[in-house]
Amino acid sequence: MSQGIVTASYVGATILFILALGGLSNQETSRRGNLFGIIGITIALIVTIAGVTSNVEVLIGGLLIGGSIGLILAKRVQMTEMPELVAILHSLVGLAAVLVGFANFMDPGRLEHYAGVELTIHDIETYLGILIGAITFSGSLIAFGKLSGKIGGNPLLLPARHWLNLSLLITSIWLCSRFVDQSAAGAGLDPLLIMTGIALIFGIHMVMAIGGADMPVVVSMLNSYSGWAASATGFMLNNDLLIVTGALVGSSGAILSYIMCRAMNRKFFSVIAGGFGTTTGGSSAGSDVEQGEVIALEAPEVANLLTESKEVMIIPGYGMAVAQAQHIVCEITKILKKKKINVRFGIHPVAGRMPGHMNVLLAEANVPYDIVYEMDEINDDFPNIDVSIVIGANDIVNPSALTDPNSPIAGMPVLECWKGKTTVVLKRGMATGYAGVQNPLFFEENTRMLFGDAKASLDAVFKNL
Amino acid sequence: MKIGIPKEIHDGEKRVATTPEVAKHLIKLGFEVLVESGAGEGSHFSDTAYTDAGVTVVEGAKTIWQGSDIIFKVRPPEFNSKLNSEEVDLLHEKQVLITFLWPAQNPDLLKKLAEKKVTALSMDSVPRISRAQKMDALSSMANIAGYRAVVEAAQHFGRFFTGQITAAGKIPPAKVMVIGAGVAGLAAIGAAKSMGAIVRAFDTRPEVKEQVESMNAEFLELDFEEEGSGTGGYAKVMSKEFIEAEMALFAEQAKEVDIIITTALIPGKPAPELIKEEMVISMKDGSVIVDLAAEQGGNCKLSEAGIVKKAHGVSIIGYTDLPSRLAAQSSQLYGTNLRHLITDMCKAKDGNITVDMEDEVVRGATVVKDGEVTWPPPAPKLSAAPPKPAEKPKDVKPAELTKEKPSWLGPLITFIVGGLALLGLGSVAPASFMAHFTVFVLSCFVGYMVIWNVKAALHTPLMSVTNAISSIIVIGAILQISSGERMIVWISGFAVMITAINIVGGFAVTRRMLEMFRR
Repeated sequence: MSQGIVTASYVGATILFILALGGLSNQETSRRGNLFGIIGITIALIVTIAGVTSNVEVLIGGLLIGGSIGLILAKRVQMTEMPELVAILHSLVGLAAVLVGFANFMDPGRLEHYAGVELTIHDIETYLGILIGAITFSGSLIAFGKLSGKIGGNPLLLPARHWLNLSLLITSIWLCSRFVDQSAAGAGLDPLLIMTGIALIFGIHMVMAIGGADMPVVVSMLNSYSGWAASATGFMLNNDLLIVTGALVGSSGAILSYIMCRAMNRKFFSVIAGGFGTTTGGSSAGSDVEQGEVIALEAPEVANLLTESKEVMIIPGYGMAVAQAQHIVCEITKILKKKKINVRFGIHPVAGRMPGHMNVLLAEANVPYDIVYEMDEINDDFPNIDVSIVIGANDIVNPSALTDPNSPIAGMPVLECWKGKTTVVLKRGMATGYAGVQNPLFFEENTRMLFGDAKASLDAVFKNL
Repeated sequence: MKIGIPKEIHDGEKRVATTPEVAKHLIKLGFEVLVESGAGEGSHFSDTAYTDAGVTVVEGAKTIWQGSDIIFKVRPPEFNSKLNSEEVDLLHEKQVLITFLWPAQNPDLLKKLAEKKVTALSMDSVPRISRAQKMDALSSMANIAGYRAVVEAAQHFGRFFTGQITAAGKIPPAKVMVIGAGVAGLAAIGAAKSMGAIVRAFDTRPEVKEQVESMNAEFLELDFEEEGSGTGGYAKVMSKEFIEAEMALFAEQAKEVDIIITTALIPGKPAPELIKEEMVISMKDGSVIVDLAAEQGGNCKLSEAGIVKKAHGVSIIGYTDLPSRLAAQSSQLYGTNLRHLITDMCKAKDGNITVDMEDEVVRGATVVKDGEVTWPPPAPKLSAAPPKPAEKPKDVKPAELTKEKPSWLGPLITFIVGGLALLGLGSVAPASFMAHFTVFVLSCFVGYMVIWNVKAALHTPLMSVTNAISSIIVIGAILQISSGERMIVWISGFAVMITAINIVGGFAVTRRMLEMFRR
């Protein structure tokens, strides 16, 4: 196939990818967006495969095996496990970037194509691609472990971790120069391997140091990295399609991370530097506040409260995902709507463990998306709300974020449910949230607690409706 | 412990301190409840209704006063002509009396109670803090008084409240002005509004404007700056200039409105005089004034406590027993207030109470304890009114100005550094690299523009789709798979396989998620 047709197809694929991302900005166009993405990657694959001269059986075999695994994964995964799935998929991109980088380096034709400055640049590109890929790979694996509970959610804080990171960075730069020197002479595998090891350690260490509450940021950050890795590989292979697609993914991930950070009123850098939730401010802020008494309710009383109200707001958090309570929430919503009660959902941008996690769960349970609102859309409505139901959420409804400047979550925008007439908090016990901060909301005089597993409690409420 | 409820002996008092419904809850708390026979008559609760609720109905007030540990009443103790004895003298040591006592107005009564070594809690002294709202009997009574005031006004007003256009002609709606938008005022606004009248309200406290407007009434404002909020959510005495402006407003309104309901009271002071005689004269014939402050001297100069007076063609209602005129309702609310207070004092729910002077609510309500007058209590720490906003608009402005100044410096530096870095790169890199680099930078911006508008709800699908798209890296593997080296072939083959997982898995799961989003 002529180079012209290949390039033209790549342009088409690029446009389709941009349309795919654009389509995802709205529910109505999102399915079409996904379709565009599929078509785009299919075109790119066909055109590239057409240029393959030998070893087609390995290629097709790999595609078929991988594709089947992917399909099975996608069919089997529970919606509550989405963050884990996304994290593990990111790690695959990272690994692929590492592998492609090594394969490219081992290609004997490399030294024939390039010389002088071009070779240096090419080597740096290879090096960067492997570096970013390795960080993405190991970081995503750790994120997967944390999200699936295989590794504890608490941040691991090594002493002098910032210095450690810095020394790892300096070593990588030094190794890069060694690699460039040696590769011109046809060697250079050693520095490359050592660097890969360092990058893997760096990825592990980086994600280990980040607390569970920051996971939405980490997931989208790794998403961004996988894009940059693809982009670096594109530079290495002189392939514009890879560069463009990688840059699109990279910048979109970066923007998502930024949106998440803004939602938590945190600096991006401080999230990445890690250690959230273990600062000294956390424990002291909790003990300063006078802890009043909590008023516990039983499920029938909550049911009464709901039937007597006109405006109900449901605020789901990670606890709803853990308890798999989204279906019963939907059933309750349906009954209340039948009784002409206006039920809405208020979603905090960082509720759950992944951006948009709650929306996916609610959508899975068939909650219509036009009653699901973002925090900014709904926060001013709380004074008109009769009953807010907080399901397994804590930090995102913590009033001390606004009132207590010493709180570790100070300044983070929160759903101001305490401004409503009554708030019912569903919780297993009086434990603190991921940020480790006591929540004065529970002691507000218009707050009622419903203790127990969210699903069991809501089942009981549902029976009494 | 035994709770005794004697029949109210005050002339015309129809309320009773506990209804059968409330008694049931008290019994659940472990108390024994005694009610004097006929105590509930005035508010239509029969003796049998009490007996059915598990209450012991007792003949004669004396047995109640002597046989119970706690006495619930509505009115302060007074002279019982039937028994020919002061009610205070019927009390015995260690007894607890809970009722309205108006300690500021009745210092002698407090002394007498102290001499009897009883503990007395006054329902009107319950502090106005959020926790004590459920026992705020003043608010419950004021609510009823406000509602009833409108009913009384309607009775003496010769026309409809609501405007109508009938076959027999057009009826204009009545215009009602409510002065003082406290609990009673707001209740009056609500009642008058629901009867169809045009309602205006005035209050010296600007923070109630929102509450008035929330009830769809018009808030009358003075062109005058003075804060009228005192401590504890009550009003305070205003300056002379303010009052003059206020008077002018009332005089103007008096000519226009049909009904005036005044509820203006300042705690511990005689009621402010707001409606002067000439204003009454200027009102239309047949108009009505309901003066809820008649007992404290009246907001209207001409009102007389307890009666309806006709003056200059205006009916001036000075009833002081409005809650008692809605006896069943007020008994129920008052009884519930009492129950909440007693529930708070009976933490163990074993039918015994403790007068805990550390408890802010109990401390506020207790006016006599163990032979000592404990009134007035220390000032409440928390106000029901929102804290006053800090008024420092002047200081804020310069801060904003200084903030703005450095704002252009940051981007400028970024641009200069970025520009230099680009130039530096361009001076060493070969042309082919710069071409790729251009594409790269432009794509970053395209990604930025495209993603910025994504709805938060779609973040997860977006991430899984970008993840699938980033598997485009498969192309890198495919390009190398044709290599002659076995090693490279296998590495590439493996890379193809894992990216294939990603491509298919990513798109499939996105599709699954998007299918679920429905309207």
